[in-house]
Amino acid sequence: MKVLVGVKRVLDPQVKARVNADKTGIDLTNAKMTMNPFDENAVEEAIRLKEAGTVEEIVALSIGAAKSEETLRNALALGADRAILVQTDETLEPLAIAKIFKAIVDEEQPNLVMVGKQAIDDDCNQTGQMLSALLDWPQATFASKLEINGDTAKVTREVDAGLESIDVNMPAVVTVDLRLNEPRYASLPNVMKAKRKPLDKKALADLGLDTANRMTTLEVMEPPARDAGVLVETVSELVNKLKNEAKVI
Amino acid sequence: MTVLVIAEHENGALAGATLHTITAAQQIGGDLDVLVAGSDCAAAAQAAAAVAGVSRVRVADDASLTGYMAENMADLIVSIAADYSHVLAPATTFGKNFMPRAAALLDVSQISEISAVISADTFERPIYAGNAMAKVQSSDSIKLITVRTTKFDAASAEGGSATVEDVAAAADTGKSRFVGVAASESDRVELTSASIVISGGRGMQSGDNFPMLERVADKLGAAVGASRAAVDAGFVPNDYQVGQTGKVIAPDLYIAVGISGAIQHLAGMKDSKTIVAINKDSEAPIFQVADYGLVADLFDAVPELENEL
Repeated sequence: MKVLVGVKRVLDPQVKARVNADKTGIDLTNAKMTMNPFDENAVEEAIRLKEAGTVEEIVALSIGAAKSEETLRNALALGADRAILVQTDETLEPLAIAKIFKAIVDEEQPNLVMVGKQAIDDDCNQTGQMLSALLDWPQATFASKLEINGDTAKVTREVDAGLESIDVNMPAVVTVDLRLNEPRYASLPNVMKAKRKPLDKKALADLGLDTANRMTTLEVMEPPARDAGVLVETVSELVNKLKNEAKVI
Repeated sequence: MTVLVIAEHENGALAGATLHTITAAQQIGGDLDVLVAGSDCAAAAQAAAAVAGVSRVRVADDASLTGYMAENMADLIVSIAADYSHVLAPATTFGKNFMPRAAALLDVSQISEISAVISADTFERPIYAGNAMAKVQSSDSIKLITVRTTKFDAASAEGGSATVEDVAAAADTGKSRFVGVAASESDRVELTSASIVISGGRGMQSGDNFPMLERVADKLGAAVGASRAAVDAGFVPNDYQVGQTGKVIAPDLYIAVGISGAIQHLAGMKDSKTIVAINKDSEAPIFQVADYGLVADLFDAVPELENEL
């Protein structure tokens, strides 16, 4: 079985996002970038499936600027077998990303596609669902447990009400939640080895797809700040303020 | 112009999220239809018809919609989408599951988690876990939108008298099967609908100490939540988690106990009306968003709070 895993290069989650001077986006100049945390879980799960003998080959895919190669090298160091970079400097919407993904799926014919449930930059939470629609495959979103038995997968999904369990036919698209697993770190020897693993670069234009954005970002703003609060000295002062000032209890 | 809201419902009742989504739809304008899809959902359809401002309820009552599987839900939405300028669903795990699928089938983008309606084609939405707000304009002919429910008031559940019509479910794709939901066992009010929430963080030290928060919660009629650190440490189950990767909530009162206030957590609760932080570290970032801060050992302060209430 072959798995295709999507990895996105994003601003490191430990770094506070700041709006740029012309209010068109987030200032990423010299910012520390990393693999989208949810995608790390997807890569980890693919590696575990390979270690368990369920999967023979892991292909990592990233769509983005040339520097996304770093993210792919990271995936290779973790355990992916080879990587594909579809290179573009445009910021594409999930619909376009899903179309590109589909073109790669058509070429690679994986039995399973895994991506993080959302990217922590645009917070869209769309790509996996859109890809499964375009492929006419079933989807299993927000997975916290994945069990593959031949031509079906049993998936536990993290939903608002608790844990939902579903069965999907394979091939399928699975979007993963943080609790699916605990991602490993790449060892130094594996980082070195990853430099020699195959990484295929494609230009977006060569795929011949309509990836035009449907939305225009008019402005990016700082969120409204909360008014400064007060420190209280005692619990009874707190209860008094909640009762008489905030009137919430 | 007609706007469609996909209702989230369970056991014959509309989810609160649906009422908030209806308010967002009303801000867009035009006529308002509600789609109630599921199995045995006649009672939920009646509830939707009673919501103020709804003109028509369309009901797809079919066994193939049990568990709201994304494949069948998306096909159903696509089959009626041509009647609408906008299709809205709550940005809950319910709506987030099938809406992007429907959008891709219609070859339109989805506008995720809108926090404000600027006009019929322009919306505001949080990005980077709410550390920035983007104002986006959509050029798609049908706009598929998920709604951050905490940013819109609930529509009145009464006063409406919409017509109720049946709509055929799409053919079952057979690609996926709903098995069941294991809800966490609690008699306490649900996190996402509670008006008061008390959450514990890593400072709680152990799951054994959470009953302390539960006793306060019982007195206040509050729900109990947790930070990701507390969930990851195994103190409490996943569905307690408040934050960017857990539940995004905005109760009237949020009490953060032993929570430092990671960006991740703040993203899930900073829209709460009143925030209280109890933490012994006066430098903890949670104090920057708190209306009332108490620098104290939680093991002293929480029992005292219980007694004072």
